Order: sequence, then C-alpha cells, then structure tokens
Amino acid sequence: MDALIGQLINLFAAVMLILAFAMLSQRRIVTLIHLFTFQGLTVVGATVVVAYVTQQHHLYYSAALTLALKVALIPFLLHRLIDRLNVRWDIETMLNIPTLMLIGIVLVVFAFNLALPISKLSASIARGTLGIALACVLLSFMMMITRAKAVPQVIGFLTMENALFFAATSATYGMPMVVELGIALDVLVGIFILGVFMFQIREQFDSLDIRHLEKLKEE
Amino acid sequence: MSPTGFLSQALAILAALVLAPLLMGWVNQWRAWFQNRRGPGLLQPYRTLNKLFVKESVVAETASPLFRAAPYVVFGCMALSCGIIPTLSTELPLSLAADAIALVGLFAVARVFISLAAMDIGTAFGSLGARREMLIGFLAEPALLTVFFTASLISGSTALTSIVESLAHREFAIYPSLAFAGLAFSFVSFAENARVPVDNPATHLELTMIHEALILEYSGRHLALIEWAAALKLFAYSCIGLALFFPWGIAKVQDPGALLYAVPVLVGKLAIGGFLLALIESVSAKMRIFRVPEFLATAFLLAVIGMLVHFLLGA
Amino acid sequence: MEALFLVLGIPLVGGLVLALVGHRPYARDVNVAFSLGTFVAAVVLTIEIIADGPLFAWDKEFFIDPLNVFLVTLTAFVALTTAIFSRPYMRLEEEHGKMTPRRMRLYHSMYHFFSFTMLLALTTNNLGMLWVAMEAATLTTVLLVSVYRTPASLEAAWKYFILCGVGIAQALFGTILLYMAAHPVIGQGIEALLWTNLEAVKGQLNPTIMSLGFVFLLLGYGTKVGLVPVHNWLPDAHAEGPTPISAVLSGLLLNVALYAVIRCKVLTDGALHSRFAGDLMVGFGLVSVVAAAFFLSRQKDVKRMFAYSSIEHMGLMTFAFGMGGPIANFAGLLHMTVHSLIKSAIFFAVGHAAQKAGTQIMEEIRGLLKVSPTVGWGLMLGALAILGMPPFGVFASEFLILTTAMRDLPWATPLLLLALGVAFAAIFSRVQPMVFGDTHLKPLAHPPALVPVFVHLGLGLMLGLYIPPYLDGWYRQAARMIGG
Repeated sequence: MDALIGQLINLFAAVMLILAFAMLSQRRIVTLIHLFTFQGLTVVGATVVVAYVTQQHHLYYSAALTLALKVALIPFLLHRLIDRLNVRWDIETMLNIPTLMLIGIVLVVFAFNLALPISKLSASIARGTLGIALACVLLSFMMMITRAKAVPQVIGFLTMENALFFAATSATYGMPMVVELGIALDVLVGIFILGVFMFQIREQFDSLDIRHLEKLKEE
Repeated sequence: MSPTGFLSQALAILAALVLAPLLMGWVNQWRAWFQNRRGPGLLQPYRTLNKLFVKESVVAETASPLFRAAPYVVFGCMALSCGIIPTLSTELPLSLAADAIALVGLFAVARVFISLAAMDIGTAFGSLGARREMLIGFLAEPALLTVFFTASLISGSTALTSIVESLAHREFAIYPSLAFAGLAFSFVSFAENARVPVDNPATHLELTMIHEALILEYSGRHLALIEWAAALKLFAYSCIGLALFFPWGIAKVQDPGALLYAVPVLVGKLAIGGFLLALIESVSAKMRIFRVPEFLATAFLLAVIGMLVHFLLGA
Repeated sequence: MEALFLVLGIPLVGGLVLALVGHRPYARDVNVAFSLGTFVAAVVLTIEIIADGPLFAWDKEFFIDPLNVFLVTLTAFVALTTAIFSRPYMRLEEEHGKMTPRRMRLYHSMYHFFSFTMLLALTTNNLGMLWVAMEAATLTTVLLVSVYRTPASLEAAWKYFILCGVGIAQALFGTILLYMAAHPVIGQGIEALLWTNLEAVKGQLNPTIMSLGFVFLLLGYGTKVGLVPVHNWLPDAHAEGPTPISAVLSGLLLNVALYAVIRCKVLTDGALHSRFAGDLMVGFGLVSVVAAAFFLSRQKDVKRMFAYSSIEHMGLMTFAFGMGGPIANFAGLLHMTVHSLIKSAIFFAVGHAAQKAGTQIMEEIRGLLKVSPTVGWGLMLGALAILGMPPFGVFASEFLILTTAMRDLPWATPLLLLALGVAFAAIFSRVQPMVFGDTHLKPLAHPPALVPVFVHLGLGLMLGLYIPPYLDGWYRQAARMIGG
C-alpha cells in the first residue's frame, strides 16, 4: 500500500512535469490558463495524498487553500483579465518551440542531477519528486524569460509558485500553516497588483507586449 | 513449438486479420456519429475490401515490378508485426525472433516499399506523398524507439512479450515514466496512422494529404491489400498501446483457458480505444504540415523525459 | 515586549489610517507622526534590549538580538527622516502635477506598509515569515515605483516585480530546503523554521542540503540585495520611482535583504564547517563591486548613477560578511549603517536638485550652488562621504574592509581598490560640475528644508570620528554572533 501511494505521488510529479512542458510549448493564452488550472489540481491531489499518508491535518487545509486559490480564484481572475483586456490571441515565443523543449530537457537533467544527492537523504516517501519540482521551477522560469507578453509571464510566475508548493509538500510534508497562509496572501496580493499593473501598461502602450518595456538599457 | 504456443500464435494473426477492418469500421462509424451523420455501418471496410478484391487491377504503363510487389510486401510486414505483438497471449513463438526494435524495423520496411512504389510511377502526387511520409517516419521512429526503451528499462527486456509479461503479471505498480511514454506513443500513433491532427484519412485534398497521395495509383486487389495493411497497422499500433499501457487481460504462458476470455477483453479494450480515437479526431483540427515536425519533436522529447524520469524516480 | 508590539503595530495602523485619509492635505503630517511614533518605539525597544539582553516574544515567533535591534533602529530612523523629507518634496511633486490626491493616498499608505514589512522581516524569528515579509516588501513598493505612470516607470516597476518575484521564489526553494534539513533534527512544525532553534542545532543539519539551500537563498535574497548578475531591477527602480522611495529602497530594503542572507549564512556555516558560504558571498560581492563601478562610470541619469553606487556598496558589505571574522563583520555592520544614512541623504539632495532642474540627466543639472547652496553642499558632501573621504564613516569601514582583505584575501585587494578608484573618478567628475558649474536658473527664493540631509551627513561624520560605546558594543556582539 505504501509503495503504491509513493508511486501515486510520483505519478503526480510526472504530471506536473508534463504540464510544465505543455505550458512551455503552448501558444494560446486561454489554453495556458487551463493548463495552469490543471497544474493547480495536480498539486491539490498530491497534497491530499500526502496528507492522507502522513495524517497531517494541516495539509488538508493547505490543499483546500490551494484549491480555492489556484484552481478557482486565480484562474477565474485570469480569465476575466484576458476578457477585459481582450488578449485571447495567440502568443508568440521568442525562440521556436523545439529549441525551447531541448533547452527544457537540459534543464531537467540539470535539476535531476542537483537534486539526486538530496533525494537520497530525505526520509519522505516522495523524495524522488524534489528533482521534478526543481525542474518545474526552472522550466517555468524559462517560460517567463521566453514569453513576450505580460499575461504568459505572470502565468509563468504562478506556475513557479505551484512548483515550489509541490516541492514543499512532497519533500517536507508542507511548510507550517502560518507560513503557507503568508505565502498565499502574498500570491493573492501579487495577482491583484499585477492586474492593476497590466491595465496601466495597456493604457500607456496600447499593448501588453513586454517588448515595449525594453527602453531602459545600459548603453 | 508447443501446441498452445502454436494455437495462440495462429489465433493472434487470425484475430488481427479479422478484427483490423472491424476496428477501422468502428472508428469511422463513431466519427460519422460525432459529425451527426448516419455512417456506413460497422462492416463497411469488409464490403470495400470484398469489392476491391473482385475488381480488376489497373497498373500504369510505366510501373516497374516493384510497384506490383509493394502491396504484398506491405501487407506481409503488417501481418507479421501483428504476429509478434502480444494481443491475446504472451506466448508467441514468433516473438522470440523479433523484439520491439525489429518491430520498428518492420514498420520501416513497409514504409520504404510504399514510398518507393509511390515514386515509381513518376506522378507528382506520388513523390509528394512519399516525401511527406518519409519526413514523418524519420521523426516518428526515434520517438517510438524511445518509448520502447522506456518500457524495456522497466522490464529489462526489449522483447514485447517479456515487457507485457512483467507489466501485467507482476504486482501492480504505477510507473510515471510510462505516463510520458504513453503520451509520446499516442502522438506517434496519430502521425503514423495518418489520423487527424497530422493527416485526414477521409479526404483527397492535394495540399494536405499524405497517406492518400501514396496510394493514388493503386486499384483492385493491390488497393485492397494496402487498405487492409493500413487497417492492420492501426490495429497493431492500438495493440502495442494496449499492451504497454493497459496490459491486463492478456493470457499468460501455458494458459489456454485464459485465451478464451482474452478475446472479449481485447475487443472491449479496442472498442474503448477506437471510440477515444474518433473522439480526439473529431474535436481536434488538422495542423499545417509544417507543424508536424514540431508535433513529432514534442513526442520525441516527451519520450526522452520519460526515460529521464525513470532514472530519477526509479519507476 | 510592548515596545516590540508598538514597533510593528504603529506602521501597520499608520498604513491603514493613511489608506483612508492619505489624500488629504494633512496626511503629510500624519505620515511624519506615525513614522515618529515608530522611531520612538524602536528607541524604547533598543533601550530595553540594552538593559535586558535578547528578547523573545509570542512563542519565540519574534526574536530581538543585537544584530537586528540596531537594524530596527536604523530602519525606523531612516523611515522617519525620509518621511520628513517627503513632506515638502511630495507637495512640490503634487504642484507640478506629477502626483494626484489618489496617488498621494497610495504613496502614504504603502510607505507605512513598507516600513511594516521591513520591521517584520527584521524582528521575526521564523525564516518562513522572513520570506513572506520580504515578498510583501516588493509588493508594497512595486506600485510606488510606477506611481508616475510614465512608460519608463512602468517598465521599471514591471522589471522590479518580475525579477524580484523570480528571485524571491528561489529564496523560497532555499527555505524549503532549510526546513527539509531541519526536519530530521527538530521535527515537524513551526519549531523547525525558528532561527534560534536552528541556530542551536546547526551542527547537526545535513551539510549537502544546507549547501544547496544556501545557494538558492543567496541567489534569492541576493536579487533583493542587488548583487550582480541579478541586479537588473535595481537601477531602474531607483531611477524611475519617486525620490523618497529610492531613498528607502537603497537605505533599507537592501540592508534587510542582506540581513536575511547573513542569518542564513550563520546556519550554513554551522552545518558545513567550511568556508563555502563565505566564499560564495566573497565572490558575489567582489563581482558586484567591480561590475557596478564600471557600470556607474557610464551613467547619465543621476539617480541611476547613485543606484549603481548602492550596488557597489552592497557588494562591498557582502564581501566583508563573506570574509567573516570579528573585524570584517564589524566593518560590514558599520558600512551598512553609514551607507544607509549617507545614501539616503544623497537621494534627498538629488531629489531636490532634479526637481528644481526638471530633469535627472546630469549634463543638464548645473550650478546647484548658485541655485541653492544647501542643496549644492548637501550633494557635494554626500558624494564625498559615499566615496570614502576620510572624516566620514565610509572611510573607516572601507579602511577596515580593505585591511582585512589584505590580510585574508590579498589577491582581491587590488580589484577592490581599482573599483573604488573608478567609482571615485566617475562620481566626482559628474558631481563637481553639477555643484559648481554655471547655470541660468534663478536662485531659489527660500532654501529648501534639508534638515534630514545634514542630520544624516552629521551622523555619518560622527561615525567616522567616534562610535558611541553602546553602538560599539552592539557591533561587537553582532559581529561575534555572525562569526565566520
């Protein structure tokens, strides 16, 4: 039974990684938001499983928090945002997608190597997933770098947050509740500010293309 | 060769030959229903094959013997590959001779012959189709091989029968690496079987067609064989997918009784698979041909990640 | 205990109150009043600590020791003087039409929330809360950087948000690893994130996890410190935001981020028994000093130039703490103090100068002495002080850092000297014509109130000549605690 649950968490980790790659290769903003929602669901699933195995009740709360925030509220806000800004258009990346994926693979190998010595030390049932979580963090980081538009960058940012949350859950059975609440608050405020911000950007530039925001450079 | 082995081997090939057109008909039927049409009925592929077999075969004047031989080679390859895939039982004497890598080779032989035959006549469509077919093949094969490697990493053997044996008859375990492999495999299957996101089997639009362009010059029994081979290929891919990712219900070695219920289980699994295939085909749009390399590169990368995940998680 | 409550409570209440009335004309005075209250509470807290020693509060969730109490006082002090400076400055901005009442409300309210997050980050004992507070500090200031809504300011704020967000995410990963290392030793729950608990068992923490964790923490909080190569947000945010915000970013936020790095370094050193953490910090510090000095020499915008100077000085402090040992740590803490005071003073003076000239481009600002002698002398003295001219405190701390470097890392000394030389030449050659050159602008009718500038410069001068014994005592205690 324990082995099976460990494998289940590994499966969730694999799904996280698949979703991270799917987001990296995704051209449409709407699909990106759907994928982000799925990722949130995956995190919730993993958290519930870990909570069940370890009998840690605070993890149930944190799963509920994630469900409310990352699966319901934030996707809802993002949908509203892209509706209001009218940016359901295709997004173009700065590199072509196969190249992106290749770099992604290199990042995955790098992350796995980095996490390997630590995975061996951890006592958690889901120790192997730390490498995957780190890989997801790096992939979403790359997604942020390679996107030219504001909304995908924000989604990349949130994805990174998801991956970190997953890392915390799988490697250490979750951070203490106070900290998780604090993180959730920060994320929420961050989303709010970003929303305000995007309206400001569009008002100023008539576009959400971040390439307008490249005037400040060292000459 | 033990009697049960011979029996299950014969049954496997027979089942493939009989069920393959039925699977094709099933998928087409569902596609029709999804498009709000009545559909031609489940048995339409048999009727088509029957009609083509009795018709006269017309061959172009410029055709070489290769053109005449190709349908038989292709059909032979597909029938043989169905013989080494564990569809009903893992006791297949033929599979000792050919493992998963040889299977990819068999598919490649068929591909080479059909492409050569298409170029043989010298029509524009033939060579266009051949070129596209080779492009897809050269991108899809590495992905398919990597999928097989991932599966064989788990079971420690490249023979399909041992892979299925170890996946189906050991204690149940979840293998995340297989999730990646499965996704990659389904991408490859869509491309290899000329299904919708890559090619549309139902049209003859010259700008987009791949499979239909290859066989434009064939008629009569040649065409029948090729169509049957295409059905066999779909069947083979479906069975590989089922064997690798849903291997339950396949009979063990020396267990003739299990063969009895392996047949209905296989039919049931294929029915679900065919339904899903039709569903996916109906909801997705065909992509531009220039997007196909990207699609297959994604499949390859997914398969590679699957392998990496296997090394990290040990599962 | 009550003082601690007030230190955190006053800015929080201030932020809430000003969120309601921040657009009224009297809000400027309310702003100063709340800042003053915070400062008084901080002084009382300091006196308590001097009398009674380290203090725990609320189930050990908060912890005050010599290291953070001096930073609390410094933070509250700079926040107070900046509030005083922003009173006339922001009124002029409003008269020039750059600020509207709504924006003033945002500015006033966020200013206090920002102070609150800084003070929370300093006083909390929980490394998770430290992270939360650091992230909240970004969130409170990001809308202030873009408050003028110009294209450049929006770009700066977006960069600030995204880069610091990414950086701080790395720090969260580091914190998770830290928690993971603490897990087997302390057990599940909040206890395993309390710095004092971790410090008590630091020898038993797993070295592999801790070293990887520290790399992430250094990269993460280092983004906020402005260490090269993760510094890109800093010059933009400083140059495009309102001047009081530039002053508190340079004077406070960077310090607090460095404080977070130091706390983590103490734990890592304990777990590793090697110079790994210190060497990393030395490397990042050195790169920052040298790179910033060369970037600095190519700037045209005065606020950008001083922002790069902040990177340079933060690099120097990181270098000092990286070397470790009582003298280098002492020098680092001293440098932290004087840099905060003098850099914010410079920004005050620069703010008035740029406001008067209507531009931040240095070539267009000329003859400040003729326009307003106080602004001119303030800028000149500030520049000399930050460049490390002898009577000022920066000289003392830089001298200590350089002599320690000569002893411990002789190869690094010429690099440091070169960088300081380049920075000196660059800043001095730019500031000199700004102050003494010819101008067609009319002299100001009334000299602007520059009390904060001269108070800061005076304190910087005092620290160069004479360090009061209790301050000296703190520095020594804190330096010993950081170890190395």
